[in-house]
Amino acid sequence: MSDKGIRIEGLKKRYGEGDTAFDALKDVDMQVAPGEVVGLIGPSGSGKSTLLKCLGAVIDPTAGRMILGNEVIYDNAWNVRDLRALRRDKIGFVFQAPYLIPFLDVTDNVALLPMLAGIPNGEARSKALELLTALDVQHRARAMPSQLSGGEQQRVAIARGLVNHPPVILADEPTAPLDSKRAMAVICILNDMARKFETAIIVVTHDEKIIPTFKRIYHIRDGVTYEEAGEGRGFG
Amino acid sequence: MISLAGRDILHAWGKFVFTGVGLGLLIGVTLIMAGVYRGMVDDGKALLDNSGADLWVVQKDTLGPYAESSNLNDDVYRSILAMPGIAQAANVTYLTMQIRKDESDVRAMVVGIAPGKVDATPGWPPYLVAGRQITRGHYEVVADITTGFSLGDRLTIRRNHYTVVGLTRRMVSSSGDPMIFIPLKDAQGAQFLKDNDAIWQSRRRTEANLALNRPDVPGLLDAVIDSQSSNPFVNAVLVTLKPDHTPDEVAESIRRWKHLTVYTRSQMEEILVGKLIATSAEQIGLFLVILAIVSASIVAFIIYTLTMDKIREIAVLKLIGTRNRTIAAMIMQQAVALGLIGFVVGKITATFAAPLFPKYVLLMPLDSITGFLAVLTICVLASIVAIRMALKVDPGEAIGG
Repeated sequence: MSDKGIRIEGLKKRYGEGDTAFDALKDVDMQVAPGEVVGLIGPSGSGKSTLLKCLGAVIDPTAGRMILGNEVIYDNAWNVRDLRALRRDKIGFVFQAPYLIPFLDVTDNVALLPMLAGIPNGEARSKALELLTALDVQHRARAMPSQLSGGEQQRVAIARGLVNHPPVILADEPTAPLDSKRAMAVICILNDMARKFETAIIVVTHDEKIIPTFKRIYHIRDGVTYEEAGEGRGFG
Repeated sequence: MISLAGRDILHAWGKFVFTGVGLGLLIGVTLIMAGVYRGMVDDGKALLDNSGADLWVVQKDTLGPYAESSNLNDDVYRSILAMPGIAQAANVTYLTMQIRKDESDVRAMVVGIAPGKVDATPGWPPYLVAGRQITRGHYEVVADITTGFSLGDRLTIRRNHYTVVGLTRRMVSSSGDPMIFIPLKDAQGAQFLKDNDAIWQSRRRTEANLALNRPDVPGLLDAVIDSQSSNPFVNAVLVTLKPDHTPDEVAESIRRWKHLTVYTRSQMEEILVGKLIATSAEQIGLFLVILAIVSASIVAFIIYTLTMDKIREIAVLKLIGTRNRTIAAMIMQQAVALGLIGFVVGKITATFAAPLFPKYVLLMPLDSITGFLAVLTICVLASIVAIRMALKVDPGEAIGG
């Protein structure tokens, strides 16, 4: 395993106790290499959101192991003291809706993360502009989110997820609000960025249009993951 | 690190300014209420200052002449004048009434001042802004400028007509009514003067009373009627002291030898502020408390609503690693900014609105500073509810499902 990417072994998550206990995740095994984009699909209630929240260090798993790069971040308990810093520095998020901060312009929306990490404003904005250029939205750098099209907003959201160069990005249905053309463009961008920054990207999706683009797909059903080779058509 | 609060305010400045103006009007009302109270206290002090007296001699066991009615015979001042330490003693009467001018009338306190001269005789208006002091024994008036009267105006007090010969300023009663100074004899008459029908009816009753109309005592009826139609009373004697005599020492001497009640300046101030306007002060104080609670509730509600509008953004901020204290600071800074806008608008509103009030509104810098600190405190406290809610937001809300 390289010093990037993510590996999950036997991850479990139980809600409640006793008679009301519910196992949302029973046995999740996943491995995503640096530069790889994998799909995670499953019906409603299968445990996708719970898995994302566990991977995003938003909720505590019940058991299992998570290895981020070469660091075991969870081994039946968190090995990381500051989960907020873990989310900020090691995990990128791309949401179903872009959820850009409406009162910050495009540059500051992207630069906010490095700023939160203590990087000076000027340097943070330079990093943001680099990424915006890579994602071809540098011409909207001073625009407010409300002035952007849906596709532009999603590209800015991807830039925000990538700006701290995290080893892993969790994308929660990033193409759901987009038409086919824009959805394919977003997946293309995610693949490009994964390769460029050696980032492992997990895309949770229901979108039939983009499922064939993944080389590998994890199905999740009743809290258990199954790996399947994808068609990987057109990318990678 | 950029200011999230500042960016949010700039982004939605219209909403903030509009809300701040609304809050500012409320704060303006609060400042004016405080100014009304200060004005009442200042009116009371102005009344005492303008009388020019060191001591007030009044009817025994009364709180006169401002807080209770007080009657003294108008020759009492002579015996007081003869006492050690007394520089001047002058009779004075006070009567609050409606003063007619043409078809309109004005509520005013009519002050009867003893013959003498300004700066020497207590009770006289100490300065004029137009015209001259009273120089004749009857039917001349010096009026406070807030009555709206002008030099040469003809006024009607009871059945007599008076001419305005002088105008003064800040001569008000403890309840804020402007003062009108007239000669003492006229004022004594005005206190008892009745219309012709009432005088005729009174004389008829006296004549019908065999105890007062005795055929074997000539002149008795005339003497009784004469005493009934004249007023030998005044409300107080205003006293000034010679140098090297303390008010307490002279007051004690008058109490002891003349069996009258005497108040020093500090005692009279205590009566005016502590008793006469105490109820009004409590009323205004209660209003201020209610206004403070309403202001706090409104700020809390506004900040809560503004925060509720940003729940998703707050969830995203928390998910991407924003510290709780950064989020709390954002909400608190917005609350304080709202308070600052509100205070500036409120202060401007109060400053421009105060002169429009019929009674004196005194805006003290100390009240403004206290108000400013209270607004900041209220805003900080009001933001706590919203901060608690924001800190409870689950960052997982940003993740679907």
